[in-house]
Amino acid sequence: MSQKPIELILMRQLASSLAMPTFLVDHDGTLVFYNEPAEHLLGMRFDETGEMPVGQWATVWQPAEADGTPRPVERLPLAITIAERRPARGDFWIHALDGTRRHIEVTALPLIRVADELVGAVAVFWELPS
Amino acid sequence: MNVRLWGTRGSLASPGSDTARYGGNTSCVEVRGSAGGVLVIDAGTGIRRLGRTLAGVARVDVLLSHLHMDHIQGLGFFAPLHDRSVETHIWGPARSVDDLAARLRRYLSPPLFPVHLRDLPRLVLHPLPAGTFDVGEFHVTAEPVCHPGFTVGLRIAADGATLAYMSDHEPALGVADFPTAGDWTSGYDVARDADLLLHDAQYSLAEYPDHVGWGHSALDHTLAFARLAGVKHLVTFHHDPWHGDDDIERLTAEACARVAVPCKVTVGAEGALFELAAPSRA
Ligand SMILES: [Zn+2]
Ligand SMILES: [Zn+2]
Repeated sequence: MSQKPIELILMRQLASSLAMPTFLVDHDGTLVFYNEPAEHLLGMRFDETGEMPVGQWATVWQPAEADGTPRPVERLPLAITIAERRPARGDFWIHALDGTRRHIEVTALPLIRVADELVGAVAVFWELPS
Repeated sequence: MNVRLWGTRGSLASPGSDTARYGGNTSCVEVRGSAGGVLVIDAGTGIRRLGRTLAGVARVDVLLSHLHMDHIQGLGFFAPLHDRSVETHIWGPARSVDDLAARLRRYLSPPLFPVHLRDLPRLVLHPLPAGTFDVGEFHVTAEPVCHPGFTVGLRIAADGATLAYMSDHEPALGVADFPTAGDWTSGYDVARDADLLLHDAQYSLAEYPDHVGWGHSALDHTLAFARLAGVKHLVTFHHDPWHGDDDIERLTAEACARVAVPCKVTVGAEGALFELAAPSRA
């Protein structure tokens, strides 16, 4: 077991106390946490999904355009943030794991520590009225 | 590796008859290796008396965990800094050497202090990087930990033994059921399996709710953290200025009755010496 960077630990602690759905990934995009409000929108508890590499979480919720065309991983805000170390936002549709289709808007921010080291990224998201 | 405590008090020097047993000087720890290397962790008011014992030492390395006043206030009174025969290296958390100098200058310059940093004869500054580096015979790891401002926990290995130092640390911040998993706990890698852990023990559990986010631990959290990290010996440190010697003993006993820990627990006392030996192989 290796300890997560302190910035991820603090962000998880903050996310745990927020009412905004929040999704946290590490420096290579691996999902490491999402909070209870996010569990509600994603349709599954984090304890049940656990950590997931980017290739898995970017498909498990089937992100897609309004017409159903799948949205490729490199066009997801969090993936853009990790790849380009900049904030990114976007809206798309997901299939929650409880079977519900939801239109969500995502804003992702990089987590860069001293010495310019990217340790991860955090995304807040919410459901848009359909 | 020998570890001596020169200051164990948190926040503010607190001399007086009620603090005589555990000491009133703020954070300062001397680490000596078998090859003669001298490391000083933090420059609280305890560093003044340490400085007098270093005659004949050619080089001293001072590691600053962070730049809060109680950890740098003794610097100006550290004799080696004014001695041309001694090279003093200060390692402190910062983004660059310029940044570290600027931050130290806020204190080491008039009107707060009569001597300018630039007038100290043989001072070398090093911004403290996160990660692992060697200082003489010591293998040092500095990792950011949960405390306001940029603060590092220090892990020092030499002679086959390991010391962990987190004088100011609030790993329980925002954790409802502390402690949870080690990989999600601030300071875990710094402390893991250490022979000796010097750790923040500022508050009682009853005092903690009024000080959440101040960057310090309740004694119960300190004990639980030591158990989680699997350290062999916990020394409580950074005692609250409002806690007299009798309070510290009572609060520690009460916390130990609530939180069972498999390791030895000692209240950090000014002047205490801990001799860390490499584990013997049977
Ligand atoms: Zn302090
Ligand atoms: Zn502090």
